[in-house]
Amino acid sequence: MNDIVKVSGLRVAARNDAGVDVPIVHGADFTLKKGEVLALIGESGSGKTTIALALMGYARAGCRIVGGSVRIGDVDVLKLSDSELAKLRGRTVAYIAQSAAAAFNPAKTIMEQVIESALIHGVLSRREAQAKAVELFRALALPDPENIGARYPHQVSGGQLQRLMAAMALITDPALVILDEPTTALDVTTQIEVLRAFKKVVRDLDTTAVYVSHDLAVVAQMADRIVVLRNGEIQEDSRTEQILVEPEHPYTRSLLAAMRPTGQVAEAAPAASDIDEDLLLEVRDLEICYGSKRVVQNIDLKVRRGATVGIIGESGSGKTTVARAIAGLVEPSAGQVLLDGQLLSRSLSGRTRDEFRRVQYVFQNADTALNPQHTIEEILARPLRFYHGMRSVQRRRRVAELLELVQLPASLAKRRPSELSGGQKQRINLARALAAEPDLILCDEVTSALDTVVGAAILELMAQLQRELNVTYLFISHDISTVRAICDEVVVMYAGNKVEQGGRSTFQAPPYHPYTHLLIESVPEMHQGWLEETRAGRGALPQIAPPASATPLCPFLSRCPVRIDGKCNKVSPPRVRLDKGNEILCHHSDIELRQLDEPVPAMAVSN
Amino acid sequence: MNSSIPRLIIGRLGIGVLTLLIVSLVVFILTSLLPGDAAQEQLGQEATPEAVAALRAKLGLDLPVYMRYLSWLGGLVTGNPGVSLVNGMPVDDLIASRLPNSLKLAAATALIAVPLALSIGILSAMYRGSIFDRYTNMLAVFLVSVPEFLIATVAVLIFAVKLGWLSALSRSVEVDSFLQLLSVYAMPVLTLCCVLVAQMARMTRAAVIDQLSSPYVEMAVLKGARPMRVVLRHALPNAIGPIANAVALSLSYLLGGVVIVETIFNYPGIATLMVNAVVTRDMPLVQACVMLFSLGFLLLVLIADIIAILSNPRLRT
Repeated sequence: MNDIVKVSGLRVAARNDAGVDVPIVHGADFTLKKGEVLALIGESGSGKTTIALALMGYARAGCRIVGGSVRIGDVDVLKLSDSELAKLRGRTVAYIAQSAAAAFNPAKTIMEQVIESALIHGVLSRREAQAKAVELFRALALPDPENIGARYPHQVSGGQLQRLMAAMALITDPALVILDEPTTALDVTTQIEVLRAFKKVVRDLDTTAVYVSHDLAVVAQMADRIVVLRNGEIQEDSRTEQILVEPEHPYTRSLLAAMRPTGQVAEAAPAASDIDEDLLLEVRDLEICYGSKRVVQNIDLKVRRGATVGIIGESGSGKTTVARAIAGLVEPSAGQVLLDGQLLSRSLSGRTRDEFRRVQYVFQNADTALNPQHTIEEILARPLRFYHGMRSVQRRRRVAELLELVQLPASLAKRRPSELSGGQKQRINLARALAAEPDLILCDEVTSALDTVVGAAILELMAQLQRELNVTYLFISHDISTVRAICDEVVVMYAGNKVEQGGRSTFQAPPYHPYTHLLIESVPEMHQGWLEETRAGRGALPQIAPPASATPLCPFLSRCPVRIDGKCNKVSPPRVRLDKGNEILCHHSDIELRQLDEPVPAMAVSN
Repeated sequence: MNSSIPRLIIGRLGIGVLTLLIVSLVVFILTSLLPGDAAQEQLGQEATPEAVAALRAKLGLDLPVYMRYLSWLGGLVTGNPGVSLVNGMPVDDLIASRLPNSLKLAAATALIAVPLALSIGILSAMYRGSIFDRYTNMLAVFLVSVPEFLIATVAVLIFAVKLGWLSALSRSVEVDSFLQLLSVYAMPVLTLCCVLVAQMARMTRAAVIDQLSSPYVEMAVLKGARPMRVVLRHALPNAIGPIANAVALSLSYLLGGVVIVETIFNYPGIATLMVNAVVTRDMPLVQACVMLFSLGFLLLVLIADIIAILSNPRLRT
């Protein structure tokens, strides 16, 4: 057979605090043919990265490869000495890390790092390596391929760094490339560019690759074959089309189900933003500056009691900053925040304790939001004492109630956060907010750090709590499918501006704002060939004259596929209400935006 | 973009000057608050009040505090820090006679301690958890905790008294041969090195280890880089900032903090000069010495800052 990689009986163990080896990979077997792309998929803790790293004979600190064999070509990687392993790594097997921003050395130029493995292994001379790097930069569609290597990592964007890391891996023509969640840290509109670049070079160079990911939809675009992992064991190993169409293993089926978010919130009455009755939160013309840099501007927002309003945007769009301003954590430079018609002070010091109580914030990362030194009971009892002045017996009873409310056993009260799973911690995080008995909960990316299945359960819980307690959510997320599924009303932010706002129903079909359109089209779909079919981010942008600098222009101008010369680069866009009720910040009308959804001319697709 | 480095450095210099000004104020106020009076001290307890008053007037001690401060500050800036109240010699002459000795001792110590400490720190970071790391770590903790007068005394006991290799005192600072140089400097330098190397090595180790746990180091390992390359080419460039600061902090000790060593070896350095000046209430000399130490400290920190800025592309470009 022409198997290039043959893994059999691979076992990896991790040493726990008590010094006992706990197996984390229990005997993995799989093979890989030349030119094949194999995906390792699973949730966090499934052992997918551990297995991928073991292909290079590498185990992270605290872990140890305890048995089995990994054959690459004729070599058993696990029998090699340290210096033989060093010869293998970066030469025969190359690695593309999850976060390129962290995996690039900040003190060295990009070129130096890209060609380093070629120089270490003596494959190419410095000059040859540089020439090859520039060639790879070009193949990966990086801007200014001749000169980008002279820059330092902090001078290029995250999506570019991820592609540069691919160049770094491919510089030695390795027999096997390992891609470890290479697009997970990226925004969805950037992810699609990176995936396209990866797919092109993998196809052109006939690369054999292992693609590690938790996202089945992404994997469907890249892999020929998928290995499904759970708790360090292989559940299923089949061709991609089979996994997607008729998965054999029940776990694979549950994974597939969790990745298709369903609307759990009952189809509520259409949230018309102009009905002002029972208005809980109102934000008027909010503007926030960091120093002299304006990061958020012209934000208007109305949230009715008991509703869920989603704010969506990519990293740096200002969505979290808006939530922080509502909570009083950031002082806005202009605009007003009203709670129940009462003006809230811009700063924390100007707010009353009762105002604090009514607006609670749930942070993205429960790991850092919960004090590791405190027990769960202490964490939950603090707001009870602070806001409600409860005595200890009363507090203990209430803590038990709160735990029940977030569907956790009362026995957890004595534990510390480090003894809880990620999903349990996020429930505690939510319970702490509920302890204040708030009117409004600001949820900042509450499911982003969680696995899909766990995240879906949290969303379910939130919906249930809303029905029982009639709390109001401001739900901040980068994930359009989640927001569309659970929010009554959606606000789309781009570069600090509100570019679109509408009821949930208006986000089911075009027309949208061009940015929303790109965002929605960039979400990978769970079928093969989507990457080739989707129009997102494809085709040349219309030529425009350099924008007039004096007037504030459309924030999306530089990336907009339907920008109009003489209009978009001259005048600031108006807020337009489309027929189906959503309001957008754009020069275009209904009919013009509908055309975005029509087939793209063949020429543009071939790009 | 490149103009940002000069701007940063000018900014640091400005802050340095401001700091010195504040230090001068604090030093002046504190020394004025010290009990005792130089005129009284000089004339003894039996002196008539008239004689003391006359001497006070002569020394300018009867002027208001702010006048004395301003004239003193003016003198400092123009290179005339005043006259010793005790023996009437210009303060700058007194300092000039001692400063070279101190600088020589500091230079000799730095020359040995810095490379040694960096090598030990880097090696123990590379072989973290090894026997070498554990023993150097133990030794470092031991040396940091043992007071230097004990190290100095033990050194004298062994090398001067028992073995008779070196002279116990560094009285003759005129050095003719290399051997003589060695015999004069060996023990003070050895004692100082013990303290400094331990400090610097530990901080270097921590700085390098901090970098070794970062994802880009894992990436370098997975590119096939050997441990030596990983540490020297990847971790070290990012650890330069903290290491430079640790070194500056340790070296600043060599200027004013070496009183004990100078005293034990009877080495005519500037720290002893200052301590003697405090004893005799010779305020102009005390003030000038403290200002000098502050200047030295600020210079070292400034150099460390500049090195840290230059080693970081985010700040550099």
